[in-house]
Amino acid sequence: MSAAIEVDGLVKRYGPLAAVDGIRFSVRTGTVFSFLGPNGAGKTTTTEILEGLRRRTEGEVAVLGLDPWTQGRELHQRIGVIPQDFRFFDKITAKEAIEYYRTLFGTKVDPRGLLEQVALADKINARYDTLSGGQKQKFGLALALTNDPEICFLDEPTTGLDPQARRAIWAVIRNLKREGRTVFLTTHYLEEAELLADQVAIIDHGKIIASGSPSEIIEAHGKPARMVVEGSPALAEYLRMNLGAAAIVEDGKVSVTLSNKGDALKILSAIEESGLPWTSFTTTKDTLEDVFVRLVGQMDEGALKSQEAS
Amino acid sequence: MKLRNIGADFRIVSRTYFRNPVALFFSLIFPIILISMFGLIFSAAGSGTVTLIVVNEDHHSPASVAFLSALNNTTVVSVQVVAVSAQNFSSYLGQNDYSTGLVIPAGFQNDLQNRTPVNLTVYTDPEDASSAGIALGAVQGVASYFNLQAVCAQKSCPPVIGFTTANVGSQVYKYIDYLIPGLIGFAILTSPMFSMVDIASSYRKDGIFRELSLTPITRAEWLTSRILWYVALTFVTAGIMIGAGVFLFNAHVTLTLGLIPFLLVGPFFFVSLGMLAGSAAKTPESAALIGNIITFPMMFLSGTFFQVSSMPAGLQAFARILPLYYVIDGMNQVMLYSNTTRAFTDILVVLVGSVVVFLAAIRLFKWRDE
Repeated sequence: MSAAIEVDGLVKRYGPLAAVDGIRFSVRTGTVFSFLGPNGAGKTTTTEILEGLRRRTEGEVAVLGLDPWTQGRELHQRIGVIPQDFRFFDKITAKEAIEYYRTLFGTKVDPRGLLEQVALADKINARYDTLSGGQKQKFGLALALTNDPEICFLDEPTTGLDPQARRAIWAVIRNLKREGRTVFLTTHYLEEAELLADQVAIIDHGKIIASGSPSEIIEAHGKPARMVVEGSPALAEYLRMNLGAAAIVEDGKVSVTLSNKGDALKILSAIEESGLPWTSFTTTKDTLEDVFVRLVGQMDEGALKSQEAS
Repeated sequence: MKLRNIGADFRIVSRTYFRNPVALFFSLIFPIILISMFGLIFSAAGSGTVTLIVVNEDHHSPASVAFLSALNNTTVVSVQVVAVSAQNFSSYLGQNDYSTGLVIPAGFQNDLQNRTPVNLTVYTDPEDASSAGIALGAVQGVASYFNLQAVCAQKSCPPVIGFTTANVGSQVYKYIDYLIPGLIGFAILTSPMFSMVDIASSYRKDGIFRELSLTPITRAEWLTSRILWYVALTFVTAGIMIGAGVFLFNAHVTLTLGLIPFLLVGPFFFVSLGMLAGSAAKTPESAALIGNIITFPMMFLSGTFFQVSSMPAGLQAFARILPLYYVIDGMNQVMLYSNTTRAFTDILVVLVGSVVVFLAAIRLFKWRDE
């Protein structure tokens, strides 16, 4: 599969500060790529460089094979962008806005059809300033689709939206992928990335600290799956002695690492046999969010040397 | 530049405008308020007594003073003596927007004593029939009184004091005549300047320029569509002002095609200047400040409300560096004086300035960051 976006050695400096410090990644055509990172990590700068809105200091960038800065005009015909906190002319309706963009792009898209795609057809004649936050995002999304783009850049499209509105946007993103478009998604919500993205890259302090599919990242950087038992702390000792299991007491609960598929059953029988009191158990595994928080926390402590994965 | 893109953007601007009651008020209603306000303040029309401007060439002789005081006592006219030569009196009256005047010739007292017929000259403005009637009536009444009582005690002597009439200088214009081009210039300046300065900074802050930068419209197309919109608005505003001036204040304007270049190039200049000023500023607050610094001196010193020629010499020199001066002076030339040569120089100055400012605005105003 060909790459829709290819970035190699990208650097963006503001004076002495490197906001983006030599990052490298690629996005396969037709996939959802999620770009994660804390505020100020270099997410927006990178995204804007890819969109042709910001000039890079160094490095190679190809979006649909084009240089976004020097071939911006050509690129903009083929990409759709919905920025963080999308704003538009207050007194203009969704229909008029799409007609405006349609004329500018020279396409023949039907406003109603486009608004149906983003579940906003009922607001076709509503002016921008009368819409709710979620509706405004959808308005922006519809506009970004006016030119039938090959890549959609969505910069935190669900920030500040209620759960229902977020789910509606998710449905649209899944639909974009189904239509064969590439989606470049930046978000603060890790569950969103875990749910929607084929590939994820985590950027912090201008460097990519982890990348891969969500499960690959969890595998590589997360703690193994655990069984957490509520019961006597003596259970930890018992399990270590009898099963050789990695059992510790954490927050007053017994936490046992699950290395193999059969471990859970063995541990449960051992607990029963021990005769020690216990009330309940759960099994947990790290989410992308746990991994993210740990990785970024380690970066901040300076304990982790940046490791750039492919 | 693509006409299609300009047209699409023009539709967006016009819709935004028509859906904004404040903007509509300022372009459609405000001109009428403005012209009525200044028209009423500065025109004496409708006052109770008629001001009669008098040149007394008989140098305060008792007879002439008695005649004037009798005129004053009629209470329908209020006499105001000025020191102007009789030759220039007609144009003096016109320039100062007086509609009635009276000249008492030298030798008035002697003539009265010798019973030599003497003619007073009464100046009236045919446009202002009521003042003319009042002034003529008063002069005639007082003259007959003098003829009967003061001079000719015995019967059947011929009247000594007669009068001739003359018109107030006809080539000279009233305040309202200057006010119309002045206020059209005011609108050409203020409406694009205030809104473009605001748009330049707020669209950047709200990311709307960023939005547009992702579409095929260019900055030049976008700015051109704004210019065309303000040209359209200027034509409407000028129409309203001329209509209000003519119907409410009986203003004199020559409607010539020569006015059109100014209504085209004026907005071209000030839309570009507003964009330039707004782009130079870092924040909306400083944009407003820069806009005001540029706009306010021009608002008052370019011949909008007051004629430049009536200002002190220093200010007149200052006015000549203000671009709006050339717009308003040019409109005065075509609407009042039919002086096309000077109007042509004026339009040339504004046109060259517009091209420079337009190009500078396009250069300075950026859709995207470096």
